[in-house]
Amino acid sequence: MSRILEVNAMTMDFGGLRAVNKVDISMEEGEIIALIGPNGAGKTTFFNCVTGVYTPTAGNIYITPPGGQQRSIKGLKPSKITEQGLARTFQNIRLFPNMTVLENVMIGRHSRLKAGVLGAILRDRRTREEEEQVIHDSYGILGKLNLERYVNDLARNLPYGAQRRLEIARALATEPFMLLLDEPAAGMNPQETKSLESLILKIRDTENVSIFLIEHDMSLVMSLSERIYVMDYGKLIATGSPAEVKNNPDVIKAYLGEDESA
Amino acid sequence: MTLQDVKKTALASIWFVFLTFPIMVIRVNTITQTVVWRWHNMLYIFLGTFFGGLLWRFALTRRKVGAKPIVQTEDEKAAAAQSAAATTGLKGTVAQLKVRLAEPAVRKSLIAAGLVLVLLFPIFSSLYQTSIMITALIYVMLALGLNIVIGLGGMLHLGYIAFFAVGAYTYGILYRFFDVGFWVALPIAAFFSTLAGILLALPVLRLRGDYLAIVTLGFAEIVRILLNNATGFSGGPAGIRGIPRPTFFGIQMNLATVSIYIYYIIVVAVAVTIFVVWRFENSRIGRALVAMGEDDIAAEAMGIDIARVKLTAFALGSFWAGIAGVIFASRTTFINPASFTVWQSIIVLSCVVLGGMGSIKGVIIGALGLILIPEYLRAFSDYRMLIFGAVLVIMMVFRPGGLIQKKRKAYTFAVQTEEQG
Repeated sequence: MSRILEVNAMTMDFGGLRAVNKVDISMEEGEIIALIGPNGAGKTTFFNCVTGVYTPTAGNIYITPPGGQQRSIKGLKPSKITEQGLARTFQNIRLFPNMTVLENVMIGRHSRLKAGVLGAILRDRRTREEEEQVIHDSYGILGKLNLERYVNDLARNLPYGAQRRLEIARALATEPFMLLLDEPAAGMNPQETKSLESLILKIRDTENVSIFLIEHDMSLVMSLSERIYVMDYGKLIATGSPAEVKNNPDVIKAYLGEDESA
Repeated sequence: MTLQDVKKTALASIWFVFLTFPIMVIRVNTITQTVVWRWHNMLYIFLGTFFGGLLWRFALTRRKVGAKPIVQTEDEKAAAAQSAAATTGLKGTVAQLKVRLAEPAVRKSLIAAGLVLVLLFPIFSSLYQTSIMITALIYVMLALGLNIVIGLGGMLHLGYIAFFAVGAYTYGILYRFFDVGFWVALPIAAFFSTLAGILLALPVLRLRGDYLAIVTLGFAEIVRILLNNATGFSGGPAGIRGIPRPTFFGIQMNLATVSIYIYYIIVVAVAVTIFVVWRFENSRIGRALVAMGEDDIAAEAMGIDIARVKLTAFALGSFWAGIAGVIFASRTTFINPASFTVWQSIIVLSCVVLGGMGSIKGVIIGALGLILIPEYLRAFSDYRMLIFGAVLVIMMVFRPGGLIQKKRKAYTFAVQTEEQG
């Protein structure tokens, strides 16, 4: 196992507000880790910094793709970070609502393809082959997530659970080595959460993708993750195995508030 | 329709009578210095707006009832088509016609017939008709070009006519200073308008929505005012006159022949535009553009370089405007800044929105309709713009997606679906 992600003392300021305060997080290949914390703790901001939506004010982010060199991804554009092999989903689903399910996944393949405008107009052999390949590959990815039956439906017409899965499918299409899931179980009922859990495990095992999770559903977090980081007011307050975190007094305090009699 | 609807309509009509009272009822005769009270007009206006309003409400309720369920499986679609075909009466006939039209053989022959009609049109019609058709086709080309930016990319671009102006003026200025002809000017103008497109796109890369609209609008005004004031360069408000019409391998033609010639040039240009846009929209970059229009943050997170895609869209869109501009300049032989106002931008925008954003067929029909209908309505010149406005309002209320709504391409997986289904 090798270290694939290392975040060093990352800080993100919005004007006078320090949303993320000197956070250190690291991740090994093949791990499933989770970042939890009360609302407004800075979890999504952390994700946005790692995926390039924001450039952190201070600190650094290094990735080491399996079999590759360590490099800093701080300040890169989101599209470049995705090219490097980090893919994400969003807390509030952000599909391309008026495109078909297949097209959504095909967009995920974008950074792995080459065809340009001239190729599209002339439709030479290479472009045609690439296009056939991307349709085939995308369909295959839909199959893995049980979405084939929606293939030509518009993404906005899908049931909620399927939309969540489509977001994961689209992220997988970018061929990531690390998948960042921002509250994948939000709004799901217990059965859906259960099947999401096995889906995430399946993805980790069959696709060789390490998984970084932000989640509020504690049962999912506890059963799925191997290590947990806890954030509150932008700071890391605890880290460790699910059992350790569960019994950590700081974590209990952050979630339930101070006990007045204490 | 409920009693409440009737009440509301009646109230609205009374309010309308009140509003129009000063212009419709009172008439001051300035010569005899008397006031004529035309009380009967009040009744007409009340009745007109009342029944018009009722019709409007009725149509609105109909529309709500008629909303279809969204997800349909293949079987349901087939069943719906069958049941529609089985029903009699007007609805049944329309449905049957639709089924018939979907057959490939019928479609092909229809397209062939349309092509023949387009090709033979100038031979059988008058110079006036050909000339109107040329104008309409220039707008078809503009609308198709703008459709790349608005329909696919979802970027509200209100300054599109500026690139049309760049194309036209490139030809005009090249002729004025270097005596360059049509065919040489065509690629140069296309190049310059593409360049202008990229130049505009650079500062607006980070903008979207309303902000983008304002900047593009400002750009169009800059171009127009520049042309108006750079007198030595562009001829100022007097414009450039005597721009040569296209020649056929050096042969000059009389007005009637050259019109037909220009007609064929624009038909070919439109055909090429359609071909390119059609190939582009379902390509890798085209899809990326559509995705960016849908959600730029998600698109960027999926590895699409937003800046590059935006530049491509603006460049490709402006390219067609430049070509259309050269053809326009060569046809009118005279250009001045008054031909390139914001109003023209709005017309092109309306063609795209009315026809159906993103749909090639829709945009063509929208442009033809929007240019030809006011032309043939000249007989009712007083009410021309009134009808035009009313059509726009009605269209946007009842078919907000445009005449022909964009359908995403469906891909078939015959073998795989059977295995897994």
